Amino acid sequence: MRKTKLAAGIIAVASVMAVQSAFADSHIKKYKIEDGAIKASLTGKTGDAAKGKKVAINRKKGNCLACHAISDLKDQPFHGNVGPSLDGVASNYSEGELRLRIVNAKTSNEDTIMPAFYKVDGYNRLIKKFKGKSVLSAQEVEDVLAYVMTLK
Amino acid sequence: MTNIKSKLGWKLATAVLGAAVVAGSFAASAVAKDWGKFQVEDRRSGYTYMTDETRDVQNDDFENPGMLWVENGQSLWSTKMGSAGKSCASCHADADKDMKGVAPSYPKYNAKMGKMETLEQRINRDIVEKMGGKALKFDSKEMLSLMTYVGKISSGMPVNVKVDGPAAPFFAKGKAFYYQRRGQLDMSCANCHEDNPGKLIRANTLSEGQINGFPTYRLKWQKPGSVHRRFKGCNKNVRAKPFKRGSDEYVNLELYVKWRGRGLPTETPSVRN
Ligand code: HEC
Ligand code: HEC
Ligand code: HEC
Repeated sequence: MRKTKLAAGIIAVASVMAVQSAFADSHIKKYKIEDGAIKASLTGKTGDAAKGKKVAINRKKGNCLACHAISDLKDQPFHGNVGPSLDGVASNYSEGELRLRIVNAKTSNEDTIMPAFYKVDGYNRLIKKFKGKSVLSAQEVEDVLAYVMTLK
Repeated sequence: MTNIKSKLGWKLATAVLGAAVVAGSFAASAVAKDWGKFQVEDRRSGYTYMTDETRDVQNDDFENPGMLWVENGQSLWSTKMGSAGKSCASCHADADKDMKGVAPSYPKYNAKMGKMETLEQRINRDIVEKMGGKALKFDSKEMLSLMTYVGKISSGMPVNVKVDGPAAPFFAKGKAFYYQRRGQLDMSCANCHEDNPGKLIRANTLSEGQINGFPTYRLKWQKPGSVHRRFKGCNKNVRAKPFKRGSDEYVNLELYVKWRGRGLPTETPSVRN
């Protein structure tokens, strides 16, 4: 009861995104991998590239800039180079391949340093406040993907 | 200081963006440099990954803020602590002689405890058992001062820990810890410090995570810090639950990490960002 009221309050004052990461994260939506790709949207909706851009920059969210340089974000300081530049990546991969890469990069390279952004289990010594949560919500994955798809 | 740092970071980032071949160009140009005593075979001290500004602070004893801690430790050496009315100097009158080569040889196996012991724990053993005092916390002012002083006495001496014989099983545990992924970001120490030294992770240049310079004076902390404080920070950064300072897990990890830097010169008090 209390929880519902709280949730309603959040919807009223803040964005839908906040609700996503507070509640929806504890349950990973089922997805199907075929031909090295997740072809369907995790949420059934297309992502919002403008929001996704923010997720890619945010150090507590995607933080893609920690490891990847992105020329489109050259107004942002500090681009890492642990991974390759993401310039032109949407010309090299299909949307479904990029979705899988963001959801769980370890499906294509189990030794990669790139975190799985949509996965909740199998972690070792996870800090309590992240228990049952993925780094990004399903919608945030779709948003960041929509942004990455603009990097042609 | 912060200003200089961020400006430099930005310059580096721009250079990377501009380069045609992004990955690798950095590491390659850094490796080509002759690092003298700060490199042994393929192992390089964190010193070699710092900016020139930070290295200058370490090089100059008058500018190096860690030197104040060395002096602090030196005066503590002859200060009475605990109910027995003794100071370290009561038994170790000539610290320069008695403590020479000690810091680079820890952690050491302790037969009575049947496990490894860090230098902090060895110092605490004397304080508790011989001086009637209370064990000092790893990152207390007193312990950091003593550690910095004892470390400085071995300045330039090569890291040389024993990892065979009775130490072998503890070394194996430390190594396993090093390669185990942890936290929500699911990374092992090796993912950053073995696979990617010289690369930029956002604003930070990754080093090999060596501990030949500890306690290291970290500009971000504005004071020296213990090895285990650094371990905790690196665990938390990947959203993993850290262990306690002095825990068996961190003591064994320290042994493995120290061995990774075998031969590197003792650099206490080193200065890092
Ligand atoms: C901790 C470092 C790290 C972070 C953070 C990271 N990546 Fe990666 N990423 C890598 C590495 C390293 C590779 C290279 C391939 C591999 O390791 O499998 C890579 C590869 C990729 C590729 C394939 C590029 C190619 O040309 O083959 C894409 C796309 C990608 N990452 C997207 C992202 C996005 C989007 C984010 C943020 C949501 C992100 N990455 C965050 C390290 C990272
Ligand atoms: C009552 C005498 C006594 C006092 C006081 C004392 N120690 Fe010791 N300490 C010893 C003895 C005995 C040893 C063992 C020497 C050996 O192994 O050769 C030792 C060993 C050590 C070692 C290990 C050296 C090595 O080679 O591994 C360190 C470090 C040390 N002491 C530091 C200190 C410090 C710091 C203090 C003051 C806080 C202190 N001690 C106070 C008697 C004392
Ligand atoms: C996400 C990457 C990452 C991971 C994983 C990581 N660290 Fe670090 N660590 C850093 C960064 C960044 C620094 C500061 C720059 C540098 O020296 O590399 C650092 C610094 C250090 C230092 C200080 C080095 C010096 O010269 O003073 C030590 C020691 C260290 N790490 C040990 C570890 C250990 C042990 C683990 C595994 C428990 C670990 N790190 C995991 C990123 C990481």
